[in-house]
Amino acid sequence: MRTGLYGLVAEFERHEDLLKAAREACRAGYRRMDAFAPFPVQGLPEALGRKRSRMPALFLAGGILGGTGAYFMEWYANVVSYPLNIGGRPFHSWPSFIPITFELTVLGAALAGFFSCLALNGLPRLHHPIFGVPGFERASVDRFFLCIETADPKFHPVGTRRFLETLHPFRIAEAQA
Amino acid sequence: MHEDPSPSDETSLGYPSELLAADQSYESVTETIASVVLTKPQPRVWFFGFAIAFSLLMVFLFAVSYLLLRGVGIWGINIPVAWGFAIVNFVWWIGIGHAGTFISAILLLLFQQWRTAINRFSEAMTLFAVACAGTFPLLHLGRPWVFFWILPYPDTMGVWPQFRSPLVWDVFAVSTYFTVSLLFWFLGLLPDLATMRDRAVNRPQRLFYGILALGWRGSAVHWQRHQSAYLLLAGLAAPLVLSVHSVVSFDFAVAIVPGWHSTIFPPYFVAGAIYSGFAMVLNIVIPVRKIYKLESVLPMRYLNNMANVMLATGIMVAYGYFIEAFMAWYSGDIYDRFMMFNRAFGPYGWVFGLLMLCNVIVPQALWSKRVRRNTASLFIVALFINVGMWLERFVIVITSLHRDFSPSAWSMYYPTIWDWATLMGSIGLFLSLLFLFIRLMPMISISEVRELVAEPWKRKARA
Repeated sequence: MRTGLYGLVAEFERHEDLLKAAREACRAGYRRMDAFAPFPVQGLPEALGRKRSRMPALFLAGGILGGTGAYFMEWYANVVSYPLNIGGRPFHSWPSFIPITFELTVLGAALAGFFSCLALNGLPRLHHPIFGVPGFERASVDRFFLCIETADPKFHPVGTRRFLETLHPFRIAEAQA
Repeated sequence: MHEDPSPSDETSLGYPSELLAADQSYESVTETIASVVLTKPQPRVWFFGFAIAFSLLMVFLFAVSYLLLRGVGIWGINIPVAWGFAIVNFVWWIGIGHAGTFISAILLLLFQQWRTAINRFSEAMTLFAVACAGTFPLLHLGRPWVFFWILPYPDTMGVWPQFRSPLVWDVFAVSTYFTVSLLFWFLGLLPDLATMRDRAVNRPQRLFYGILALGWRGSAVHWQRHQSAYLLLAGLAAPLVLSVHSVVSFDFAVAIVPGWHSTIFPPYFVAGAIYSGFAMVLNIVIPVRKIYKLESVLPMRYLNNMANVMLATGIMVAYGYFIEAFMAWYSGDIYDRFMMFNRAFGPYGWVFGLLMLCNVIVPQALWSKRVRRNTASLFIVALFINVGMWLERFVIVITSLHRDFSPSAWSMYYPTIWDWATLMGSIGLFLSLLFLFIRLMPMISISEVRELVAEPWKRKARA
């Protein structure tokens, strides 16, 4: 276990270079790596060997939970727990239960999606080794970074640096854990 | 005001072929937008405007305090007009709050790239307008401190809300709309908050934006989830925005009062909401663009697009007015016919006349390209529309209620000074929040503008 080092970071000036570097690294067999960009770069997660995100399924689950929960709540409240005669209409007036069912479907999906997006991303988080990389503050403006972590089985302090050099980055830095 | 320099940049359908000037870089767009908040001294007009808005907010707090002390009797409401300014203002504000989500969600799904320049701003406007809207029904309750009785929770009284009532639907519609708009806004803001954190010039800024950015680091995997969640939230918000004003219109349409009981209400309310929402966006964006010199990221043609949306929704609203009058006549119903006659020629006929002037006649000026492409004239037309949409809600609420079925119950409604103070005060609340937003947050989505810089093909709008 190499203590102290989190990974090696290559910095690029153009998103096309980062995309190409990510593809090369993936082809070279690296898996424990991440790329950082000031905007979503098309195809970058795939270039890093990542699968599609599970977000849609989580939204769907939240929506189903919200919708069925809402309808059940309305049914329970107005039919079982507190039936109230309103102009002789049936207690189980399902058409009037639809608007709230719709609203809470949307609310359930949105809350589930938003919070699972944060949770899967591990946010909020106070610190991350990548923030120690010199010049990383420009990752949110106009620079693009590729980080190969020491946790990767193929990582080698010298070999990985050599490999990164072949990608012609603007510079290479070390991220301390 | 300046004309667009190169109208030949447009495709045959009138879309711009390039959305950003060719010489913009990541750094230049970031600097243009972030410097407004981080480094540039605020222009004097900001302090001046905030002072006025904040004074109005104090008026609002005063009026609300007095209301809590004395009760809703200080307003002009009584039977038969029990829904006075409070409901007029509620519907007006919630309508204004529609453009934000419309611009963000529906235009995102339609790949209208020009939305990037105004979506953040109009989403913030949505949140503040819905916040203003939400206060009115609560204040109108009479005892706002027990507002939670309308929420479904197992209370010790053993009572549940009556879910067949549109007023209960409204609570869910408005609170869901506010929550989803807030999540959507914050999710879009997150990467920009990280930019603000990284560009902060002093420690308080770094702390403030650092905490709000939640540790965002721009990881490709994070971006992937973020983009997926953002798009899905947009997909959810699109039907939501159409549902909210539909549900608000059910408050009227489900009742049997002549002038309210009509199936045209949901689509007509939604069109009116988008109409007034765009008018409010223009009323705010035009001065802001001028003061903060944002012409490079907010070119004239975007304003022109917004004017086109206003023109289209304005025609739908005018059609709604026409159909209302036609159906009143065609139904043969004596109460409906009288309602329409009373609306146009009764004691509030002058309000109806003003409404037609503001919402139907003046906006026809938008057919002219010269009016659409001149910020001063566009601002004035938008102002007329905002006033007109308020008058529309006044006409719907008050003229329908004040003379319904039984002439013995007819009565006039006169707003009191407290009605006006609450309305003007709510404008103060809205503007104060807006001024603080301009001061504290990047008002245009920096990461989305960067995408436009990065991928020139994206700048080509679809012809």
